[in-house]
Amino acid sequence: MEMTEDIRAAVLKYVKAEYLEDDDQEINCDTALISGGIVDSFSMVSLKRFLENKYKIQIPDDKATPEAFDSVNKITALVESFAGGKV
Amino acid sequence: MKTVTKPNIGSYEERLKGPGWAIAEEELGYKPGNDINIGWYCSDRICKMGKAGKTAFIWEGMGGVAKRYTFNDIRLASNTIAAFLKGLGIEREERVCLFLDRIPELYLGFLGVLKTGAVAQPLFSAFGDESLLVRLENAQTRAIITQRKHVGKVRKLREKLPCLKHIIVVDDDGKKPLQEREVSFSLEGSKPVEDFQCAATKAESPSVLHYTSGTTGMPKGASHAHYSLISQYLTTKWVLDLREDDIYWCTADPGWVTGTSYGIIGPWSMGVTQCVLDVGFTAESWYQFIQKHRVTVWYSAPTAIRALMKAGDEVVRKHDLSSLRHLASVGEPLNAEAVVWSERVYGLPFHDSYWQTETGSIMISNYPGVKIKPGSMCKPFPGITATLLDMETFEPFNTPGKVGLIAVKPGWPAMLRGYWKNEEAYKKKFRKGWYLTGDRATIDTDGYFWFVGRDDDIINTAGHLVSPFEVESALLEHPAVAESAVVSKPDEINMEVVKAFVTLKPGFTGGDDLTLEIMNFIRKKLSPLAMPQEIEFTPQLPKTRSGKIMRRVLKAKEWGQEIGDISTLEND
Repeated sequence: MEMTEDIRAAVLKYVKAEYLEDDDQEINCDTALISGGIVDSFSMVSLKRFLENKYKIQIPDDKATPEAFDSVNKITALVESFAGGKV
Repeated sequence: MKTVTKPNIGSYEERLKGPGWAIAEEELGYKPGNDINIGWYCSDRICKMGKAGKTAFIWEGMGGVAKRYTFNDIRLASNTIAAFLKGLGIEREERVCLFLDRIPELYLGFLGVLKTGAVAQPLFSAFGDESLLVRLENAQTRAIITQRKHVGKVRKLREKLPCLKHIIVVDDDGKKPLQEREVSFSLEGSKPVEDFQCAATKAESPSVLHYTSGTTGMPKGASHAHYSLISQYLTTKWVLDLREDDIYWCTADPGWVTGTSYGIIGPWSMGVTQCVLDVGFTAESWYQFIQKHRVTVWYSAPTAIRALMKAGDEVVRKHDLSSLRHLASVGEPLNAEAVVWSERVYGLPFHDSYWQTETGSIMISNYPGVKIKPGSMCKPFPGITATLLDMETFEPFNTPGKVGLIAVKPGWPAMLRGYWKNEEAYKKKFRKGWYLTGDRATIDTDGYFWFVGRDDDIINTAGHLVSPFEVESALLEHPAVAESAVVSKPDEINMEVVKAFVTLKPGFTGGDDLTLEIMNFIRKKLSPLAMPQEIEFTPQLPKTRSGKIMRRVLKAKEWGQEIGDISTLEND
């Protein structure tokens, strides 16, 4: 079972590795990902799939909104809501 | 419904009688044979008209950071960029790529490039390595204007691009040393250039090179000329209905043609204030932007409109959108539900418009004051002769309900002048004296056009064309992929998305992890738009007996259509 901190760290690491173009860009768990232009709506599909693969969950399309994916913290809360609080 | 004021176009029926483009020439003070430079028309001319102090540009980035520019500011900024380019030795008709997010330097740099007489080559900043390479290679691009966050992509490619002499970084902070061929340029740190002698370009001088996807080949560069201004000005005036006191917002990225024709040239050639929001999409941020800047005319895309519909009515009610007076849409067909919805929630219907990268300006459109039939693109722009052609004989017809190819009589001002270094592809766009759009439609008894679909395998996702050939080629570079076939699949928001069917090499097994790996591989290599949203691993692909993959069989399956004739399908 992963704790909130573990999920947060894993998501942050994945976002940095996959979506950041500028090595110097600093992001944290509150950085705006969608509204900040780091992850676009098409790329959100691959991010959703990463979460589903890693945490063995299904995120319905109507819950995979730009708002729900807009920061690592919000994504972590979303993952936990589909994994019964803890993964 | 909001109060309807008399539209710029006046009576559509009267406008059909002419004189059409001559009106634009007269209003712009252009006479055949004169110099015509889009960069000058969008800045210097407006200042000479006494609007130097008028706000031209309101830009907003992350965290509400905003910048405002008057028409004199954009005149000076574009002069400054033009002078810098000239200083680097950029010559007329050389290609200068703008590979930038929607930051001010993109808009001002576009005008600056045109002022030098060079050709502006805007490219979508989310393009991956391969997409960038083929477009820069094909255009033999001389210089690229980019920003620190994208320079890494250019560095990876520069050894393959001997023609690329200058990599101009607009936000270099000096923390890391620039490398070979790289040069720093700061607009804010440069002394404004008061006088710059614009290149004396003529009507047919090349202006903009926009790349578009091809079905069976690599991307093609649609080359436009400075005379395109005539179409872009008049369509902006009559379709978008822009007026002196409007605050206009075009949501398109100038990496695509809408973002230059109607996100730069149209509004600024009319001396109208426009605003740009450089943050990712959320309904909340878009509505806040409209409310904050009192946007009056809004030109957006069906994908965005459907995403706003999905966000619901509640978020609309939380904002004051009463400034809006005219809405228009382009990119892919706007579904009837979206038109009805916008009328209900905004009190205004979206007016769908139809055109392409190659056409450079709006061809068929709904107009203010003309009855909207939700789901229809309405009628040809006055001065445009559009028809449907029989799909076998290429003869025009007007039988209501019969599906035909949308075609346009060549000769409008913004028509592409050719595909860059691809005369053969250009010739194929014409049959029996008509320009073929590659789209199919029907016409009803009132002469309204109704979009049916593409006449080829090109995928229209969120209004952007993706070549299945390009995605298939990229897929084959993944170590696990043996064969691939790429088709469109229906999507509620984006109209279509990319789906890939893949057979694997021995030793590889399909699964969720490999799916994600391949998705990310394509996203980085081509672009997020081209990334398959779904990958289906299959033991074999349907092929003809001669070994050609039958995409149409796979596409029919995705769209729930009849597969059609499969007599040439290879037997197991």
